[in-house]
Amino acid sequence: MTFHLAVALDGTGWHPASWREPGARADELLTAGFWVDQVREAEAGLADLVTFEDAFALPGDERADRVQGRVDAVLTALRVGPVTSHIGLVPTVIATHTEPFHVSTQIATLDWVTSGRAGQRIKVSSDPAEYALFGRRDPEDRESLFGEAADHVEVQRRLWDSWEDDAEIRDAATGRFIDRDKLHYIDFEGPHFSVRGPSITPRPPQGQPVVTALAHVDTAYRLAARSADVVFVTPDGTGRDGPTGDAASILAEVRAAEGATDRTTPLHVFGDLLVLLDDTADAARERLRLLDAADGTELRSDARILAGTAGDVADVLASWQDAGLTGARLRPAVTAHDLPRITRELVPELQRRGLHRTAYEADTLRGLLDLEHPADRYATA
Amino acid sequence: MPKQIHLAAHFPGVNNTTVWSDPAAGSHIAFESFRHFAQTAERAKFDFLFLAEGLRLREQGGKIYDLDVVGRPDNVSILMAMAAVTERIGLAGTVNSTFNEPLDVARKLASLDHLSGGRAAWNVVTSWDEFTGENFRRGGYLPKDKRYLRAQEFLETAKTLWDAWDVDEVLADPTSGRYLRHGDAGRFEVHSDQFDISGRFATPRSPQGHPVIIQAGDSEEGREFAAASADAIFTRHAELEAGKEFYADVKGRLAKFGRRHEDLKILPAATFVLGATEEEAAENARQVQYQQVGPQTAIAFAEQVWNRDLSDVDPDGPVPSFDPKTSDDVDSGAHISKGRASVRMYKDPVAIANEWRELGEREGLSLREVVIRKNGRHTFVGTPQRVADTIDEFVQSDASDGFVLVPHVTPGGLDVFADEVVPLLQEKGSFRTEYEGTTLREHLGLQPSPTTTTPAEARA
Repeated sequence: MTFHLAVALDGTGWHPASWREPGARADELLTAGFWVDQVREAEAGLADLVTFEDAFALPGDERADRVQGRVDAVLTALRVGPVTSHIGLVPTVIATHTEPFHVSTQIATLDWVTSGRAGQRIKVSSDPAEYALFGRRDPEDRESLFGEAADHVEVQRRLWDSWEDDAEIRDAATGRFIDRDKLHYIDFEGPHFSVRGPSITPRPPQGQPVVTALAHVDTAYRLAARSADVVFVTPDGTGRDGPTGDAASILAEVRAAEGATDRTTPLHVFGDLLVLLDDTADAARERLRLLDAADGTELRSDARILAGTAGDVADVLASWQDAGLTGARLRPAVTAHDLPRITRELVPELQRRGLHRTAYEADTLRGLLDLEHPADRYATA
Repeated sequence: MPKQIHLAAHFPGVNNTTVWSDPAAGSHIAFESFRHFAQTAERAKFDFLFLAEGLRLREQGGKIYDLDVVGRPDNVSILMAMAAVTERIGLAGTVNSTFNEPLDVARKLASLDHLSGGRAAWNVVTSWDEFTGENFRRGGYLPKDKRYLRAQEFLETAKTLWDAWDVDEVLADPTSGRYLRHGDAGRFEVHSDQFDISGRFATPRSPQGHPVIIQAGDSEEGREFAAASADAIFTRHAELEAGKEFYADVKGRLAKFGRRHEDLKILPAATFVLGATEEEAAENARQVQYQQVGPQTAIAFAEQVWNRDLSDVDPDGPVPSFDPKTSDDVDSGAHISKGRASVRMYKDPVAIANEWRELGEREGLSLREVVIRKNGRHTFVGTPQRVADTIDEFVQSDASDGFVLVPHVTPGGLDVFADEVVPLLQEKGSFRTEYEGTTLREHLGLQPSPTTTTPAEARA
């Protein structure tokens, strides 16, 4: 495998007018069938993983002509898990307002349910509206938020390792179900929380489910370098602090951040791209124009927006691979239209160029990402 | 038509009652076990699946307790996955109100309800112990006397959040270009002793409106809480006379809260052991009891009463002649057993020890046999016909509205009940042969949850 492919799911699509499009199924957004169908489509395209967006707050613009309202991303992944077979499931988790203990067992459960296909995208929240939902006041500064997210992941990782793989012994002679010497207190102490452990959930099949983060700035690259296995970046995009730079310059920043940590496995770096796919570039651009007109504003995104053919998208992905990125995460503008175009047109094009697998080669997400089954940090043997 | 029985299936938990040493005992964590259990219960047309919760591994004598099944998934998460392999059965999870935030729990349960097509239920529990708190952000912050206040306010807040969206708020109408009726849908605020939150709830109203609310607990406070707020109560009163008394008491409290007799279902927990004859069933039951209380477990149970290390006591010898240590209350951090609610039954350990000793002396029983006698009783033992008759008698005589059945083997312990007892209940006409509705509220014969919000037409 030389280049990885992820699909970012966000309801009817990443264009705010996508819900109005034919086949959008906007009235089914809160049902299981909608999500199962999207993930199965991505799985038919042999994607490594899908991500699921999430947020506790609703948009502040309060527009009645846009989709508002969602179901929990982790639960959506759990609902999809038993009816898919190979694709990695990566729901968004908001570190700022959740208990690392609960999230750790939720993700471990997803890993058990899918026999090793669980991941998460860890996200921080600085939205005052989200703070008010939890009775909290002023959002903390960026450094503190990202520090908390790193601690959140650290607690989760320690909890996953808090049961050694062979802790369950069922020894009838001594009456012991477990060997308690293979269960470990994690004794994490930090400024935001202290967690004693061990987990209530046995070590998940992957040992360490995959952790991902979306990053636009150095603070976030440092979080990814410290805590994640995969970082989603936005080449030629725009972050909150301005332009993010091209693929090569972002990669250099990410690798520099990794250099300041003790990690031994390099981060996967996936470029994000918001796509509208059509038979011709003109047709794709016309579709974008009509969508913008329907919404009344020009589409804005942190990721680069590409309206073009499958060949155009494949060209960008090939250039990213040349620059050293290890994969791409595609955000379909209109799920109903652009996701099938990804799986049925772009994927064959990438396969022709040797940029995409022709069959799933592993049963776990770590396996698809060429990550080894990690040793347990507490195991002494 | 006779009064209808409601049945729930409790996935075997982390107690000595779950027999892991049986050759038929499977994994307690592999999804295949949950799939098997859920599909068996659905095949038998049960009302719902039930999961208990524990957020810290139990300890005894300062060490992790290793004699029982340990290790479980996150409740709402595994229920969501079981929804994918079933179609109708309800999905009830225990979720603690102390170590969670209402916004998060309300959202998870509304999502479970949406993604299961209206099958979610929540067993609201509360705890205050610092021991469990060590796994969470706020630690052991909640004073014991505020735990029901916390639970009550937590539940009220969750209901406020579920009611924040009108039933018909989402239009999703591409022709008019309106996704919502109101751009600011979902607005709420709560200012109470425990919570001070406001904003917009992100999840539109779910199929059941409010997931089914279950309450466990037999205390005075628990009964009032259930009569005021719950749709079902999970009790330990699985004896006919005590059951009738409890039933009459709790149902009698409903009227003052403006609720009907049928608005609260009373469901005792029950275990069962079957046999082809009464004698065979009794022998099976005896064997299960010995599996449930092995020699090490007998000592561990005695330690919970004596509150001291008894590893040098012979489980096949007599009950210890010395008295329990009484210096530490069962709720104090110094008690030998941590994270186990059942030790609170031992309020007067000296009296319990005397009782055990007298029983042992009177009947010539060893310590292990005494523990079995005190802890290992099964609710229903007999032929399938006998068990079906007993269950029906309980329900028809208003000792309960049904049962939450706890098999002792994972995951196949329910199979024999589904195959041999359920058809007999169906023959009596007191248990469904097909699901009539699609939501758990419909299975339980509950009213749709009330809407406190103004209908959109009236607001427009």
